[in-house]
Amino acid sequence: MSILVNKQTRVICQGFTGKQGTFHSEQAIAYGTCMVGGVTPGKGGQTHLGLPVFDTVKQAVAQTAAEATVIYVPAPFCKDAILEAIDAGLRLVVCITEGIPTLDMLQAKYVADEAGVRLIGPNCPGVITPGECKIGIMPGYIHRPGRVGIISRSGTLTYEAVKQTSDLGFGQSTCIGIGGDTIPGTTFVDCLQLFEQDPGTDAILMVGEIGGSAEEEAAAFIHEAVSKPVVAYIAGVTAPKGKRMGHAGAIIAGGKGTAAEKFAALEAAGVITTHSPAEMGRVLSDRLSSSG
Amino acid sequence: MNLHEYQAKALFSDYGINVPEHRVIRQPAEIDEVLQTLGGDSWVVKAQAHAGGRGKAGGVKITHGLNETRTAIEAMLGSQLVTYQTDARGKPVNEVLVEKPCDIARELYLGMVIDRATRRVVVMASRDGGVEIEKVASETPERILQSVIHPLVGMQPYQCRDLAFGLELAGDQIKQFSRILSALAKFFLANDLSLVEINPLVVTTQGELLCLDAKVNIDDNALYRHADLSALRDLRQEEPREVEARNWDLSYIALDGNIGCMVNGAGLAMATMDLIKLVGGSPANFLDVGGTATKERVAEAFKIILADTRVRGVLVNIFGGIVRCDMIAAGIVGAVRDVGIEIPVVVRLEGTNAAQGREILRHSGLHITAAADLTEAAEKIVSLVAAS
Repeated sequence: MSILVNKQTRVICQGFTGKQGTFHSEQAIAYGTCMVGGVTPGKGGQTHLGLPVFDTVKQAVAQTAAEATVIYVPAPFCKDAILEAIDAGLRLVVCITEGIPTLDMLQAKYVADEAGVRLIGPNCPGVITPGECKIGIMPGYIHRPGRVGIISRSGTLTYEAVKQTSDLGFGQSTCIGIGGDTIPGTTFVDCLQLFEQDPGTDAILMVGEIGGSAEEEAAAFIHEAVSKPVVAYIAGVTAPKGKRMGHAGAIIAGGKGTAAEKFAALEAAGVITTHSPAEMGRVLSDRLSSSG
Repeated sequence: MNLHEYQAKALFSDYGINVPEHRVIRQPAEIDEVLQTLGGDSWVVKAQAHAGGRGKAGGVKITHGLNETRTAIEAMLGSQLVTYQTDARGKPVNEVLVEKPCDIARELYLGMVIDRATRRVVVMASRDGGVEIEKVASETPERILQSVIHPLVGMQPYQCRDLAFGLELAGDQIKQFSRILSALAKFFLANDLSLVEINPLVVTTQGELLCLDAKVNIDDNALYRHADLSALRDLRQEEPREVEARNWDLSYIALDGNIGCMVNGAGLAMATMDLIKLVGGSPANFLDVGGTATKERVAEAFKIILADTRVRGVLVNIFGGIVRCDMIAAGIVGAVRDVGIEIPVVVRLEGTNAAQGREILRHSGLHITAAADLTEAAEKIVSLVAAS
């Protein structure tokens, strides 16, 4: 079992014939992901990596019965790509691209919510269910099938967490990089909810970082509604306070956002935390063996 | 990206948002003419620098008479302004804003920001402007009024009125406030701002609303579609090494320690700094080399790190995912050779072809220590630096 994606998930790629889209689609196909085609406007009818290319997402969905898409188009065109995917009726949209204007994401997220579409990212490594489906830029081989759910705001730090758990013999049910942008499509709370309901997940590893209040919201949710063990690490204890000009950001955050506050909120919610990024796997292992 | 107050006020004027009559001075020779044009015998003189807390640091003065005013402006021009938000060197003052003073009846606060929690643009207003607004927010949060801008329909007149009544404005002031707020919302959305703040927004004794200060922050990701705003960037206000890093698409932030860090990925970079601290060291910087750590970029990254003379050792931490560690190792060896680094360098490579990468480092004949494990890497660099 897993969340969001599995062996049957039919995936298309937007920005399919571009450099990024080509490289990562090749990797995804090699991993065994059920890639069924791609979209590059103006290249419809061609074949790329042995798969059909379509001009529009609507055509791709009609021809391939795709249910998920991964977006590698450049940042200025991502809002358009996300909205096209939503309009075409896909249920899962994973946006890898970094550098998307925040107001673009604000609108895209609003439309995704209205349509009931799950948007992951942007500025994230993607989502993977080991051994079944890899959507994104993460190196597949560090993962192994298992029962730990991993949620992270970071890229390479996610790989660190994954490798540590794999090395200790724990595999992953699903790993989700939610991205570090101001407006992420999916939050810690969304993923915690999915992992709590997933019979294939026994424990959850959360990798957060400074800024915003997503970890504090996760802590409140864990306290209320998560029965499975949760282990967390927060990056940025030593990061300097942001060079900010105004106060509006601080006012609205209401004193949330530092690593110390996030650790405290998570610990108060019963989460086992570690202050060392090298110990994420070991702390999780200790937690699981102590509960027998 | 931050704007200067004078740049923000010019944009406010373009949107019909009331600001005091003002002029910008860049050279002492301009002073007399500007004061004559503005008229009167009392002025507000404001140092232009990207830092909060200018008032308390002596960067804002009310002056009387030509001589006092001229002296104040001359002292500010070319100085470094040090506030609680800057480092000890402060920020350079290359422009001084001169305004006509006004008679203040009330000081309000008006701000607009993208709120992560609600994923909306949120307006904040308070009757307690002019003072430390963060204190107001933490001690008496009920005195900060909020209104959420709908992503589809934008700021509506009823929302402006609602806030105006909450601010205890009356009569024509309600109309003035609504005009300012709806213009501000248009300004915010049309220019991809991430923050705009007016503190204080004053009501004059004549009953007019006027923006005495203006802080504007623009979303860097959106600058590509705002050439006019990009042109307003003042690089002199930024840390030179951070500017140089940006030219190479590297993300660098200087810190106070002595161990330089080079890492791929922002989260892992912060985690690496945390780990150095955890094992008793002190990181000198945050540096994210990004996904494609080529020899050229690694070399530039080393140069930027070493430009900080306090650096006594460098920790390189790379998790090779898609990028192969043997390629990165070759890049590191080439860069260390080209740049000529004499202080200890510890490299931790993990991921694809990590073992081959470590072999390349071992046989380079250079002063590079390879570490297999993250904790070991941090401990090694800390002990090498302590021994040096």
